[in-house]
Amino acid sequence: MRYIDEFRDGALARRLAAAIAREASPARTYHLMEFCGGHTHALSRYGLKDLLPANVQMIHGPGCPVCVLPIGRIDSAIALAARPGLILTTYADTMRVPASKGLSLLKAKARGADIRMVYSSADALRIARENPGREVVFFAIGFETTTPPTAVAITEASAGQLSNFSVFCNHVLTPAAIANILESPEVRELGTVPLDGFIGPAHVSTVIGSQPYEYFAEEYQRPVVIAGFEPLDVMQAILMLIRQLNEGRAEVENEFTRAVTREGNAKAKSLVAEVFELRRSFEWRGLGEVPYSALCIKEKYRAFDAEARYGLEYCAVADNKACECGAILRGVKKPTDCKVFGTVCTPENPIGSCMVSSEGACAAHYTYGRFKDVPVVARVAA
Amino acid sequence: MSGVLPDYVRPVDFKHGRVDMTHGSGGRAMAQLIDELFLRAFDNEWLRAGNDSARFAVPAGRMVIATDSHVVSPLFFPGGDIGCLSVHGTINDVAMSGAAPLYLAATFVLEEGFPLSDLKRIVASMASASRAAGVPVVTGDTKVVEQGKGDGVFITTTGIGIVPEGVDIAGDHARPGDAIIISGTLGDHGVAIMSQRENLSFETAIESDTAALHGLVAAMVAAVPRIHCLRDPTRGGLATTLNEIARQSRCGMLVRERELPVKPQVSAACEFLGLDPLYVANEGKLVAIASAGDAAPLLAAMRAHPLGREAVIIGEVIEDPHHFVQMDTSFGGRRNVDWLTGEQLPRIC
Repeated sequence: MRYIDEFRDGALARRLAAAIAREASPARTYHLMEFCGGHTHALSRYGLKDLLPANVQMIHGPGCPVCVLPIGRIDSAIALAARPGLILTTYADTMRVPASKGLSLLKAKARGADIRMVYSSADALRIARENPGREVVFFAIGFETTTPPTAVAITEASAGQLSNFSVFCNHVLTPAAIANILESPEVRELGTVPLDGFIGPAHVSTVIGSQPYEYFAEEYQRPVVIAGFEPLDVMQAILMLIRQLNEGRAEVENEFTRAVTREGNAKAKSLVAEVFELRRSFEWRGLGEVPYSALCIKEKYRAFDAEARYGLEYCAVADNKACECGAILRGVKKPTDCKVFGTVCTPENPIGSCMVSSEGACAAHYTYGRFKDVPVVARVAA
Repeated sequence: MSGVLPDYVRPVDFKHGRVDMTHGSGGRAMAQLIDELFLRAFDNEWLRAGNDSARFAVPAGRMVIATDSHVVSPLFFPGGDIGCLSVHGTINDVAMSGAAPLYLAATFVLEEGFPLSDLKRIVASMASASRAAGVPVVTGDTKVVEQGKGDGVFITTTGIGIVPEGVDIAGDHARPGDAIIISGTLGDHGVAIMSQRENLSFETAIESDTAALHGLVAAMVAAVPRIHCLRDPTRGGLATTLNEIARQSRCGMLVRERELPVKPQVSAACEFLGLDPLYVANEGKLVAIASAGDAAPLLAAMRAHPLGREAVIIGEVIEDPHHFVQMDTSFGGRRNVDWLTGEQLPRIC
């Protein structure tokens, strides 16, 4: 497949792996955080860690939109879906996220709630148009990548006076999460999470550009390399980070030049600015309340804001005590450090959100990498 | 003289008519539907006998029975429809034991309001698939459910077949060192279905691979009677089938990604839908596992058959107490190929 296979080329991967092995100094360890779930997924799916030397360690970041959604937000969505006649539309990944009382959207659906999976916000709008007699809510989640489509849906609903449509907005912001991690005591004071550099988001950066990361590189002296989601992108970014660290640089570099510019997508950004404004605070799973880390719908579009329309009051709910998702999302722990990983908590019965989405650190490791946790099994020659 | 024709029955209006509750009530309307639709389409001596069951002589030897319900949405898709799918699906389940399928039974659950023209099209497709396969539908049943309680039509088919002497194919027969062979490209059916879904429709030249595989199996069994395992990777795709066999045979598997045959169009569709072709359904493919020594003659027999032309060895059975299916990625790493979690595609077969 053109434009894809080029970025999955095994021979090129070996060459990059050799360069990484050559340039990584044996005197030190490189702790690199891939912020995005897309990168986590690529690392696991392509068995990329097998190609890295032992002293290049990848730390999974919180960039999985489903994983960072706190239980209270899912509870609110379930409460909405329980309203008679209401249709809740949502991206498929949110369906299995565990909520309070053993529920999830999937289980609420089985109990009679009308919850429909959509592939885009446009599908949610279409459902609203086709069901004029019913209230339709789009449960909007995600980072800066999914925010512009939600903005489009709201402006279209407003222009078309689609009064039965509204959005339950849960859009969050990447830079705020990165800042939160860099400010965390584990990184700043305790040093329990060594963090030498970041692989910066791919799709998010196509929207916001590379400019917002310049602050982190400068203020926290951590190199950032923005990388695409293909495995060669990730390898190349790792090599670029190692070079920066070896040379004592802390800059924002862009490996994903085929899609990311410094300024980002001006049209998308202006649409987002038209519809949304900063939320004073938002709870993230794993990170807790993070100030100015999420968006809410502006007063101008209040009619399409499900939180205002249905008087939703946010109620925080603590995670399951045994679940380590919080620490895993901050990079403090690995999936295998969690007692319930692979026993009580599996993709079929997730306890924590990291086990839900294929981009979640636990699900990715469980699905693609857990054979490495047991002693290597001798291969029988065919 | 009266104009009444005492034996006259007005024909079923297949052009404009719809299924109603009387078609399942056991009365005249049901009898008429059976006569004018099912009997006419499937026409054979057993159905003509008009009994509630079909009677036939049983050949000596071991028999197999398999049943499969079909609830696919949409009912018509590129390369097939629920009708031919329901024939192929059960024939394949029977054939995967190495058996020659003999007879089919079919049950229809119809939803009130379903257009009779669509039903006729589906039954015609079933009849032609059954005739082409040489496996007659010898008995059946029809039920009608109220509107909103079905989804047009559900079809359950049951098949029986006879296993040739000396053939012993089962999911727990895979042994370390065995070769794993796939009969052709992965994911065609799932992607064809996906391309037609209402909220997703995209244009593709991909057609479902739905096909009856008993002819291919007969050729394989004739060449290598000692095949260890056969299975058709339908729902859950190749990944699920390999995991099932690994668990049953208490072994592991190691496949090589670069050997996996996937059409570029399927690969592209999977890419933008976020699917993995390893988990996408097939309806006309099989996985064969045989000893390393039998692999070459088996592969040759498969490639000589039209439905196995693209057969290829994709990996080996290995020893592994954890029964993992592993894959060497084209990229150079190794990873698990796990069971499917949740569902990739709703209602595909």
